[in-house]
Amino acid sequence: MSTVTQDAIPSDTDTDNATGAELHAEPAKHTPREGAFGNATHLQCRECQHQVTLGPFYACPECFGPLEVAYAFPAVTREEIEAGPRNIWRYKALLPVPDDIETSRNTEPGFTRLLRAHNLGAELGIDHLWVKDDSTNPTNSFKDRVVACALSAAIELDAKVFACPSTGNLANAVAAAGARAGIKTVVFIPSNLEHPKQVNSAIFTDSLVAVNGNYDDVNKLASEIAGEEEGWAFVNVNVRPYYAEGSKTLGYEIAEQLGWRLPDQIVIPVASGSQLTKVHKSFQELIKLGLVEDKPYKVFGAQASGCSPVSVAYKAGTDAIRPVKPDTIAKSLAIGNPADGIYVLDICRETGGAVEDITDDEVRDGIVLLARTEGIFTETAGGTTVGVLKKLVESGQLDTSLETVVINTGHGLKTLDSVSDRVSAAATIEPSYAAFQATGLGA
Amino acid sequence: MSVSVRVPTILRTYTDGQSEVSADGTTLAEVLDSLEASYAGIRARILDDDGKLRRFVNVYVGNDDVRFLDDLATPTPDGTQVSVIPAVAGG
Ligand SMILES: Cc1ncc(COP(=O)(O)O)c(C=O)c1O
Ligand SMILES: [Zn+2]
Repeated sequence: MSTVTQDAIPSDTDTDNATGAELHAEPAKHTPREGAFGNATHLQCRECQHQVTLGPFYACPECFGPLEVAYAFPAVTREEIEAGPRNIWRYKALLPVPDDIETSRNTEPGFTRLLRAHNLGAELGIDHLWVKDDSTNPTNSFKDRVVACALSAAIELDAKVFACPSTGNLANAVAAAGARAGIKTVVFIPSNLEHPKQVNSAIFTDSLVAVNGNYDDVNKLASEIAGEEEGWAFVNVNVRPYYAEGSKTLGYEIAEQLGWRLPDQIVIPVASGSQLTKVHKSFQELIKLGLVEDKPYKVFGAQASGCSPVSVAYKAGTDAIRPVKPDTIAKSLAIGNPADGIYVLDICRETGGAVEDITDDEVRDGIVLLARTEGIFTETAGGTTVGVLKKLVESGQLDTSLETVVINTGHGLKTLDSVSDRVSAAATIEPSYAAFQATGLGA
Repeated sequence: MSVSVRVPTILRTYTDGQSEVSADGTTLAEVLDSLEASYAGIRARILDDDGKLRRFVNVYVGNDDVRFLDDLATPTPDGTQVSVIPAVAGG
């Protein structure tokens, strides 16, 4: 088998391929079956390159850096991918999942539409603009992608409980995926979360736990529980390396849907920064695998000003991200201490992009703008992304002549309250033609 | 001042598998010194070569991230719970 080893992928895990001798073998409680993680070979620290065996491990025992999945990729062709199912498993060769993943009871997320946004483009003066609309995933956010990969790992590692701390969308995705797979779920959210997001979790699980605190408090609690409870797979704690790989499929799909081409510019919302980091990783992999032409592209990050630690650091020109206590309507992006923020800074700077933030009013404007121009109802995260896109154009940071993709990561029905007093019926009338005429809405 | 320190899984090789250990000190820096005296090598996992908290570790005194307080100079009153937790992305 001809393989492209991790050596060839200069993204984050840039050393020797795993060999038994140098691999740090953690005591395994359960030996996964052969091929449980597909072409993945080991976990590797993004900071110091320390290697660890595939298992429920997530932090480097040397430096606490994030462990990431490293692979020996086979030579994958476009045709093989195109012949695959119309969901994320068409990219299974590039994910830490077994070859028979399609036969598992998962939610089959992905392959969402990439819409040419003529009207929004005209409004903003961008010649070639697309919206990658991930609000059409099974539970209406991009989180179904990451959860599907985490679920596969959890099952292969023989977990008994599937769990997460969440800003809302992740809890929805975990609860639904667990129901479908028939595995017990326990999901933790900040208690002040939007009501629809709470209902959207509680409908799938009887174990929704609302915590009095912000996401960072919930995340801390989950890490503590993960350290004590046996057999729990917290998707974004102890199986985080596998989870994070799911976001790569957003990047693969965009490239494939553009006709196996990378966009020139991409705008991505940032909470913990995981998604942006992985979309960049996916583009690098496609280049290394020869599936797309190598070319420069710019990555832009979007935050709401009420929780913009990465944008603040970007603008200050530093690497030091000061955690903040979030205060914004963009609750899905309200992570005050973003663990991957430093990588977002690196990627946005290296590619010539930027990180920008906007006010809550601009977030609402962004939601309405996307709805009125493209018929897409996005949640506050998408409002943030579209609003930031507009701001980047106005400030001249985004080149309006270049092909640009903006990612809509979640659905507006989950954050209705944020815009419900912005829009309303134009008139309330009696059911008569005369009454209608009186509104002035006719010809 | 005696405090209780919650140890993450990856550092339990230093504490003979214990998830919770006690230590002394009036500040976080002193608590880490005290931990080091009992469990040699553990401090270098939490602090970098410059003696600063490593980038991907979060340390809490009570419920507060010390980065919101006084970092290593954060006071650790008697009976406080100190937690050492890896930073993880995704949510
Ligand atoms: C709709 C939506 N968009 C974007 C994000 C940000 O993702 P990340 O934490 O990977 O930066 C989240 C969740 O955290 C989300 O729910
Ligand atoms: Zn490391």
